[in-house]
Amino acid sequence: MNEAAHPMESILRMDRMPHIWCPGCGIGTVVTAFAMALQQAGIPLDKIAVVSGIGCSGRVAGYIKLDSFHTTHGRAIPFATGLKLANPELTVVVISGDGDLIAIGGNHFIHAARRNVDIKVFCINNFNYAMTGGQLGPTTPEPAITTTSPYGAFENPFNLPFLAEGSGAVYVARWTALHIRRLTKSMTEALLKKGFSFVEIIAPCPTLYSRRNRLGDGLDELRHYHDKSVIKHGADTRELDISYRDKIVMGKFVDRERPTFVEALDKRFTEVFGKKYEPYGKVAT
Amino acid sequence: MRYWRKPLDADEIEVPRGDIHIVESQCKGCGFCVEYCPRDVLELASGYNLKGYHPAVVVNEAECVNCQLCEIICPEFSIFVRLKNNQPVCATDIDLRKGVDIIES
Ligand code: SF4
Ligand code: SF4
Ligand code: SF4
Repeated sequence: MNEAAHPMESILRMDRMPHIWCPGCGIGTVVTAFAMALQQAGIPLDKIAVVSGIGCSGRVAGYIKLDSFHTTHGRAIPFATGLKLANPELTVVVISGDGDLIAIGGNHFIHAARRNVDIKVFCINNFNYAMTGGQLGPTTPEPAITTTSPYGAFENPFNLPFLAEGSGAVYVARWTALHIRRLTKSMTEALLKKGFSFVEIIAPCPTLYSRRNRLGDGLDELRHYHDKSVIKHGADTRELDISYRDKIVMGKFVDRERPTFVEALDKRFTEVFGKKYEPYGKVAT
Repeated sequence: MRYWRKPLDADEIEVPRGDIHIVESQCKGCGFCVEYCPRDVLELASGYNLKGYHPAVVVNEAECVNCQLCEIICPEFSIFVRLKNNQPVCATDIDLRKGVDIIES
């Protein structure tokens, strides 16, 4: 029965399977959504580059059969920015986790959004630092137990869509690993959107986050998403905090236009230097 | 399938049927496909695969309507479904997976 090729074989490195992610981990499902979004967006595969940082989600780059880069911790966005500026015709996608993108790489995140660098950032949020052993991260809700918050987290976590919008992202959405078709649609839109586009994906981490909080396995987490998720397109991002085991508001929240980093650069330099200035990279980005 | 009212063309529409492929050695028995298959086609095996997981098995292939939900929710890329051979393709099949070649001859 197994003689047929897997439909994702052109995009995934099937020779590397089975992958390292735990049973019931949501990262693999997010990768499927991404692979489908690539196909739906219709961008030639040799014009796409995928960049990841460090962490469980950081391993995504290694399983994708495209130009992909596994960078140092927190530095996926600066690497992607350089890649985009050096080769403006590429569609540059960053796929990484909340710990990598928002904690260690948090500064890069807000500044890339502020400048509206034309990259797509897909952040897999599992509410903790998973690969390093399940420590408290900037997305861990109160009062979740992690290795470094044995008595329960007491810090206020980031609301990622609000952070992205406030920093300047032009496209902001949130879904869970259960809402695959909607997630795929958002990823497709983000891939085709010009400017800094951000999609947060809530995903189960049964091995560390769920186990420490006695929340069951990956499937229990999907059931939780099913029961607690509310779709609210265009919701005010200030109201998108995720409280522990409480409702998760999902949808597309922001879709707006702003000049990208390169457009703003070209405009300014043309104003100052006139005809002497040759627009950056020729290809509009 | 139960209908609130029988569609006028119910006799003419051929329900798509799926041909399910499970890569048993890759499955980690998470049960996502079993839980979310709308037609209860799948179950977890009582036996183990090589890695010690209870893999998904097909128990009711005739019920499969090729919706491919199991395929896209599987975090292990270990289950996929193709339209059964020789079945004419209807528009919904193509819509489900735009741009993906889902037909095998
Ligand atoms: S530790 Fe958590 S995030 Fe990492 S692979 Fe396992 S389940 Fe997934
Ligand atoms: S294609 Fe749909 S009906 Fe068939 S096994 Fe998969 S989820 Fe069930
Ligand atoms: S979803 Fe995939 S890994 Fe999970 S039980 Fe089904 S086939 Fe196995």
